[in-house]
Amino acid sequence: MNGREQEVLETIERRRRRKPRLTDALITLAHGAGGKSSHVLVEALFLEELGNPLLAPLADAAVFTENGIRFALTTDSYVVKPLFFPGGDIGELAVNGTVNDLAMLGARPLHLTAGFIIEEGFPTAELRRIAASMGAAARAAGVAIVAGDTKVVERDKGDGVYINTAGVGALERELELSPSLVRPGDKILVSGTLGDHGMAVMVARGNLELEVDLESDTAALAELVGGLLDATDGVRCLRDLTRGGLATVLNEIALTADVGIVIDESCLPIRPEVNGACEILGIDPLYVANEGKLMAVVAPEAAAAAFAALASHKLGIDAEVVGHVREEQPGLVVLETAFGGRRVVDMLVGDPLPRIC
Amino acid sequence: MRRPAAQYGGTGCRLERRERRQLLAEPDSAGRERKAARDVRYVDEYRSPDLALRLAEQIAGLVEPDRQYKLMEVCGGHTHTIYKHGVENLLPPAVDLIHGPGCPVCVIPMGRVDDAIALAERPNVIFTTFGDMMRVPGGNGSLLEAKARGADVRMVYSPLDALRIAREHPDREVVFFAIGFETTTPSTALTLLRARAEGIRNFFVFANHVTIIPAIRAILASPDLRLDGFIGPGHVSTVIGTVPYRFIARDHGKPLVVAGFEPLDVLQAAYMVMVQLAEGRSEIENQYSRVVRESGNARALEAIAETMELRTTFEWRGLGFISQSALKLRDDFADWDAELLYDVPGVRVADPKACQCGEVLKGVIKPWECKVFGTACTPEKPIGTCMVSSEGACAAYYNYGRFSRRLEPLTT
Repeated sequence: MNGREQEVLETIERRRRRKPRLTDALITLAHGAGGKSSHVLVEALFLEELGNPLLAPLADAAVFTENGIRFALTTDSYVVKPLFFPGGDIGELAVNGTVNDLAMLGARPLHLTAGFIIEEGFPTAELRRIAASMGAAARAAGVAIVAGDTKVVERDKGDGVYINTAGVGALERELELSPSLVRPGDKILVSGTLGDHGMAVMVARGNLELEVDLESDTAALAELVGGLLDATDGVRCLRDLTRGGLATVLNEIALTADVGIVIDESCLPIRPEVNGACEILGIDPLYVANEGKLMAVVAPEAAAAAFAALASHKLGIDAEVVGHVREEQPGLVVLETAFGGRRVVDMLVGDPLPRIC
Repeated sequence: MRRPAAQYGGTGCRLERRERRQLLAEPDSAGRERKAARDVRYVDEYRSPDLALRLAEQIAGLVEPDRQYKLMEVCGGHTHTIYKHGVENLLPPAVDLIHGPGCPVCVIPMGRVDDAIALAERPNVIFTTFGDMMRVPGGNGSLLEAKARGADVRMVYSPLDALRIAREHPDREVVFFAIGFETTTPSTALTLLRARAEGIRNFFVFANHVTIIPAIRAILASPDLRLDGFIGPGHVSTVIGTVPYRFIARDHGKPLVVAGFEPLDVLQAAYMVMVQLAEGRSEIENQYSRVVRESGNARALEAIAETMELRTTFEWRGLGFISQSALKLRDDFADWDAELLYDVPGVRVADPKACQCGEVLKGVIKPWECKVFGTACTPEKPIGTCMVSSEGACAAYYNYGRFSRRLEPLTT
């Protein structure tokens, strides 16, 4: 690599750190895909208009203190298609997703609310099925859905049903979890196989003509997190691996903490079915969503305890140490490929579109 | 259901739990443990790091002192593999990989994108396209933006999906944006044959299929570039075979080795080119013989010949007009030809001044040497096509190769 190439790369890195500007005249699907465009939309539009100290960290949930008690508050909307997929449905997803957002801050989830936007003509029996599965998921996660709202929109104005849930949790531990606490030397763990939910849903849409036996991994992670935080106080930061996958989460951490991150491809837990489907569609599993997996950054001396805690829980049985944090090349996530080469892992751009040949 | 760890193959090489514990307990031994586990468990022979290292050493051994080698991989699929697996890191500094024009999305000129958008915005049209094409900017935005404005644009994985949509929506006109080299042409041809057999009359093809040989001729004729040899396209060659490349060795004295798409395939092909150069040979060789036959795929070629014929000329992005380099539908298929049925604007749109996609496609400059690379032109706001497709040299370099190789090694 010569000096000029180095200069070009440094200019690019400086640009990446600038405050993003939203220049798109219209919202496209890319703004909802969880990658760069989503990031820009949130930072350059919502944060600009709604900004406040609680929102500013853009964490999975906001943390606030009231009468000496710390609470976490979060919300999430669910627009999955199909509504029912192998391994779960939109109702279960809507409960687990919000429970997980609270758990990632170390909070114990307390109560949830649910808002339904239902399309005219939607079968009542299916709505009951969705509600029942929400109820079951809530009981399993130890929360209750304590308030709700229902709206019906005209036919063709929605995909059957959209659900929004909000949740509040209590932070009973004396700890702070934040990407800004991540330090060089820290280890990066994931709690299990990557990309299961995203690929299961893509395959379930049925237009790929792929015969793959895949199930969504939707699950509530509060108990797994509880075990992890009991086992060690060396946890710096937790994130659930949803839209944008592990790659997006690691990029956010690298930029926030101003550190470099290295991950080892040969240590990434990925089901062969997920890998196979990804290869065929030209999608990188690092960008594919989970709904029941987390990523943990822990202090080096806490790695063994954290790994043991995750691996001893049924939701963390496939946990792996996948990488580490370093000082060099801050802001950049580098993958050591199983082949023996190296490459950058950037944030997702656009939707994970398949390449054509 | 819990699956035994041994079942995990492919990229997700798994360590036994005992070994993982050791990895955590003794940081110094981690690398060795991991490498050992990798050797045993790595079922995928085409991604073996040890074979890769051995090949890399052999390539380095073939380098003559003070000589710089320029090998062009013609196909965008290879460019993608090279960056995704970090193949360049394994090559000696004397061997440069030059990324060629074989990226289907990259060679579509802006005017054709505008034509596609004009078709997509017709009131009764469902416009179907491969995903990569959706973000390519034309003179007036991309298909993705046309979709946001209200055009019915749908992403498909194959032309047969588009035909299915036509079957399901008999009251709509379904147009398929057909792009690609000989790799994707046969599937368009077969879809046309099926549309005719089934009598589906609301399915139309907007044909933009191109052929690889004229592009290679254009590269060889380019005065700006001195290449030592070629890594030949794999998928294209499964269709056209290896015979059409003979002129490269015969008339231009350059070796070409057809290669597969696993990283080890590419590395081995590079080695085979280097051996030819060391021995002073220039021949067409086939590294991908597990798939590619010398004569190609007769049935695919027949289907293409039955449905399509050469255009007198076609504009390529960056390369300009190249005669007899693209295909249009035969008269027999006029009823399925979107270009005949609709008034396609067909306006030529000059590339933005700052865009150097042409030079990148010809391999004259490296992606990072383009003036707007990574600053005004990024994957999220591309100016040129090379920054859009995952097979485009700029996107591959930006997404995967954008790190300093000076700060090695990586392992702690």
